[in-house]
Amino acid sequence: MAKKMHIKLTVNGQEEEFLAEPRELLIHTLRERLNITGPHIGCETSHCGACTVTVNGKSVKSCTMFVAQADGADVTTIEGLGSPDNLHVLQRAFKENHGLQCGFCTPGMITRASKLLEENPNPTEEEVRFGMAGNLCRCTGYQNIVKSILAAAAELNSAKEAAE
Amino acid sequence: MIPGAFEYHRPKDMEGVLAVLQEHGDDARVIAGGHSLIPMMKLRMADIPHLIDLQDVQGLNSITVGDTITIGAMVTQHHIIENHALASAAPIMREASLQIADPQVRYMGTVGGNVANGDPGNDMPGLMQCLDATFTLVGPDGEREVAARDFYEAAYMTDREDEEVLTQVRFDKPQGGFAYEKQKRKIGDYATAAAAVQIVKDGDTCASASIAMTNLSDTPIYSEDAGAALAGTTVDDTAIEAAVAAMLGDIDPTEDNRGPIEFKRHAAAVILRRAIARAWSRA
Ligand SMILES: Cc1cc2nc3c(=O)[nH]c(=O)nc-3n(C[C@H](O)[C@H](O)[C@H](O)COP(=O)(O)OP(=O)(O)OC[C@H]3O[C@@H](n4cnc5c(N)ncnc54)[C@H](O)[C@@H]3O)c2cc1C
Ligand code: FES
Ligand code: FES
Repeated sequence: MAKKMHIKLTVNGQEEEFLAEPRELLIHTLRERLNITGPHIGCETSHCGACTVTVNGKSVKSCTMFVAQADGADVTTIEGLGSPDNLHVLQRAFKENHGLQCGFCTPGMITRASKLLEENPNPTEEEVRFGMAGNLCRCTGYQNIVKSILAAAAELNSAKEAAE
Repeated sequence: MIPGAFEYHRPKDMEGVLAVLQEHGDDARVIAGGHSLIPMMKLRMADIPHLIDLQDVQGLNSITVGDTITIGAMVTQHHIIENHALASAAPIMREASLQIADPQVRYMGTVGGNVANGDPGNDMPGLMQCLDATFTLVGPDGEREVAARDFYEAAYMTDREDEEVLTQVRFDKPQGGFAYEKQKRKIGDYATAAAAVQIVKDGDTCASASIAMTNLSDTPIYSEDAGAALAGTTVDDTAIEAAVAAMLGDIDPTEDNRGPIEFKRHAAAVILRRAIARAWSRA
């Protein structure tokens, strides 16, 4: 039996400390240990992106990272982006543009899209499609997801212009 | 999909890595981005009692660009895409990296992991053979260098010893036109067939060409004869067909879920024709 490790994580701004086996996958830590159930398990084989979270500024499929690798890291999930009373711009854009149907892929989509817009605040439609290629959706046909992300980008940019 | 238990090590320097490798031999393995290794461990196709994480090891993260280009083993595909100096000195690196996996995987997947893994589906090994790269390995007896063209022995079998770590790849700044052309079933997929091509033009003729193919044998295939078939020609249809014929003589694809052998040979020919045409147009 492998030894348990002392793990420290910052998740959505909150410090967490616990003992875990190094082989525990980050998605299981989030969902089962910390009760953060926004990130979903779709495929468990690194393909669907439903488990996407941000780890130290990178979009990561949390089913493909051991908690041991994330020791000391800063993690953001959909719960850290917005709340029901205070939706993130992307959450509002997905709602207004029918960017979701069943909603299973949505937390991963929005978490990934938030990083995409941070790196490229003014993407073309093609850049959105390319930048979202690691996230699968079985419902929407993607059109409205792309539309939602472009709408959020436009809103963020006009807010920025107004502030300047 | 829970992998077998292991003990986790995260040394701060290469001495620490080598010490664990020496102590546990075959029972220890390094992990870089983990995006080839973790899926294998989850499927229990790899069972590794001691996992050594390279993320805190200093000196593996830099890209230096000059007449010679060096890329540290822990540089990710995402870093390659974002590095402007590298993109202008060796644009084939960026073109190929953009065709590997998807954004999430590219944030994690490293050059070292991609070239050391030994999976014939990985794109970097063929690319490194096209560029005639040299790999630096460090082990208990010190450092040694191996040519990318001599490194691959069979699927998952390379010239690297169990106690050795790959620290960097190095190649001369490539000359002339380039293309990385890849046929895949969907975005993010491994290649059905891929070709890396660099062509040097002198006036109207091809001075030299370097051609390597991916996922068409149990190792990447550097086709010296395909490159030679272009040298001294104007890269007209006859020359291109000669290069394609030479390449088809060197590959040895097997049937799998990407298709039967005849289809793969067909895809390889189409991809190489396209890659040569694009590289020549940029030469
Ligand atoms: C959905 C998906 C799609 C993908 N598509 C592609 C694709 O199209 N093309 C492609 O090329 N790859 C693809 N990959 C693989 C991805 O690029 C991997 O990340 C990469 O091949 C391995 O890099 P890594 O840093 O993740 O290595 P790891 O998974 O950490 O390691 C892989 C192997 O190399 C060894 N290793 C790692 N670093 C070193 C080192 N410095 N010295 C010695 N040994 C080392 C490890 O011990 C292990 O055996 C895909 C992966 C996924 C999950
Ligand atoms: S559950 Fe992680 S990629 Fe699908
Ligand atoms: S909305 Fe159902 S999977 Fe995307």
